[in-house]
Amino acid sequence: MRTGRTARAGQYVALLAYLVFLAFPFLWLISTAFKPPRELGSLHPTWIPRDPTLANFRQAFDEQPLLHAALNSLIAALGAALVAVLLATPMAYVMARHRTRLARAATGWVIVSQAFPLVLVIIPLFLVLKNLRLINSMPGLITVYVVWALPFALWMLVGYVRAVPPELEEAAAVDGAGRLRTLVSVTAPLLAPGIVATAMFAFVTAWNEFFFALVLLKTPEKQTLPVILTHFIGAEGVADLGPLAAAAFLATLPSLVVFALIQRRITGGMLTGAVKN
Amino acid sequence: MRTRLLLGCLALVLLLAGCSDGGDFAGGRITLRFQSLAWQEESVQANEELVKEWNASHPDVKVEYVQGSWDGVHDQLLTSFEGGEAPDIIHDASDDLADFAYGGYLADLTDLLPARLKSDIPQRSWETATFGDGIYGVPFLQEPRVLVANAKWLKQAGVRIPTPERPWSWAEFRAITERLSGDGRYGVAWPLKEPVSATLNLSLSSGGRLFHRDADGKVTVRFGADDEVMPRTVHDQVNADRSASPTTLGSGGSDTLPGFFGGRYAMVPLGFSYRQQIVQQAPKGFDWQVLPAPAGADGLTQGVSPQTLSIAEDSPHKREAAEFIDFLLRPDNMVRLALGDWMLPTGTEALKDPALHTTENDWATGTALATHLRSAPAQSVRGYPEWKDKIATPAFQEYYSGAIGLDELRDRLEEDGNLVLARYQR
Repeated sequence: MRTGRTARAGQYVALLAYLVFLAFPFLWLISTAFKPPRELGSLHPTWIPRDPTLANFRQAFDEQPLLHAALNSLIAALGAALVAVLLATPMAYVMARHRTRLARAATGWVIVSQAFPLVLVIIPLFLVLKNLRLINSMPGLITVYVVWALPFALWMLVGYVRAVPPELEEAAAVDGAGRLRTLVSVTAPLLAPGIVATAMFAFVTAWNEFFFALVLLKTPEKQTLPVILTHFIGAEGVADLGPLAAAAFLATLPSLVVFALIQRRITGGMLTGAVKN
Repeated sequence: MRTRLLLGCLALVLLLAGCSDGGDFAGGRITLRFQSLAWQEESVQANEELVKEWNASHPDVKVEYVQGSWDGVHDQLLTSFEGGEAPDIIHDASDDLADFAYGGYLADLTDLLPARLKSDIPQRSWETATFGDGIYGVPFLQEPRVLVANAKWLKQAGVRIPTPERPWSWAEFRAITERLSGDGRYGVAWPLKEPVSATLNLSLSSGGRLFHRDADGKVTVRFGADDEVMPRTVHDQVNADRSASPTTLGSGGSDTLPGFFGGRYAMVPLGFSYRQQIVQQAPKGFDWQVLPAPAGADGLTQGVSPQTLSIAEDSPHKREAAEFIDFLLRPDNMVRLALGDWMLPTGTEALKDPALHTTENDWATGTALATHLRSAPAQSVRGYPEWKDKIATPAFQEYYSGAIGLDELRDRLEEDGNLVLARYQR
């Protein structure tokens, strides 16, 4: 009994240490965002700013179009998440339910395609988008994000589809439901947590993406937040640290909010009790 | 259902059509895209104001200011060049131009630039952007590496304060840093996260060249006695004298500032433009000053990679782009850009401006060093980036930290390094 308590206490301590480790960069970012320049250069930095200021936020907003860039990022990320899920869900269903050689080969290709480095694909991709007149356009960027997120989204969703017992679909068919009805009324609700998790993955991937946005968007009014954030960084990595931290803090908020909103949907046990034994 | 699907597809097509780019011409007049990497508030402001002034006085040639980013600029430009979408006027650093120049992406400016601009910028600066027989960029801003010093500490220690006219020798510098050290405090903190360019550029002062071009044009690495002076000084300060902090060897310039402000280091070798960060972040009353870097057999000579303005080879309006560059780099305008970036202009007329000779923030000390700046030794060497990343950076890092000796450093730079360079020169 005592051993069990000790083990559990150890687990909690380890968990707490891990949470602190994960939270440290974000908490430090918040602290930095509120520090005046002279505190940023202190040899003995403090967690709580001695002389907190909003000047970094003011400067960040004065110097760069942060709100407009955030809106661009939001459109790109939401668009990518929506399209990725719409495309990946039926594809994943087919790959999970019909285990043919073609489906296996497709799964293999999906995994291999994750290994391509960005620099390898960017020039051909740029030329393709140019021919489609999609350079410097939000649909072009969304298309790239969808293509980039699709393999992993597909791989995620295949796992979720396989977790839905085929017996449920068979039972629905026995009860007279057609193929489409079965998919919409039986399978889709059970897949919802997986779809939400996949959408979240695609959203965060697109929200944080820098390189494609840097290369594909030419005009300032189209640029996304990660690109705008680099405008606070000079040659050889010199940075305007206060405004950069303030802008980066604001840039992380939407991801946190989205996570907070859908967390229950991801972790909720939607399949619990779905099959009667 | 099918109708809904068709309507959805139609909406998507309309959306794509509506959001695509409109093109580079507006009302028949010429539009030039100028991608600037200015990032500091004053610098961006100076650039934007100059673009406005140009547009106001040139109704037929409109310049569109595009804010670029130092982060990822090489890959971004390479993609733009390959895709035929590069900006007409390109801001970059001279050490990034070689691949673009040899790749045919940049216009040769030899016959495009006016005589005024050509003669205003010294030949030693033009060499930083000359590749083969062509000039592929206009060098316009540069910064020497200087010693930023805790003035009070140096004064209390009673050491001789160096000037551009009477700088410290490397040996004197080593002796002084040893004298300033003790009780957990160091005479100097070398921020050598990127050790290669700092080492090569400062080694010019003692005649170090490292890269030697043979009669057939091939470049080989030879690490001779002249190349040893600067790295040996740093190595000995860290490992023998304990007068240089070992912890800052892996740090960038900004990372060393808290220790400098906190009284842990008497001096930090930094780029001249770091003065802006020091002005912003130094504690009130902190007394600092700019000193010239130590001098060797070749005096205060050091290598630099200036910021440059280039024109894309694919630009249909090269003549107009060159006229805009000429406007942007008129002496008065060059001074505005230099002040905005806390750097030195390359133009001889701009360098005479009284604003760059004030004692405030030690502008005068830096300006006095301008005539000693030369092209960074490696920037025209093909294969240099790979040599730097795979061979030289780890070798210098290990040498400075004391993990390997000078002979091992020489062997790696020469033997392994020449194998890398040879691949680029077959």
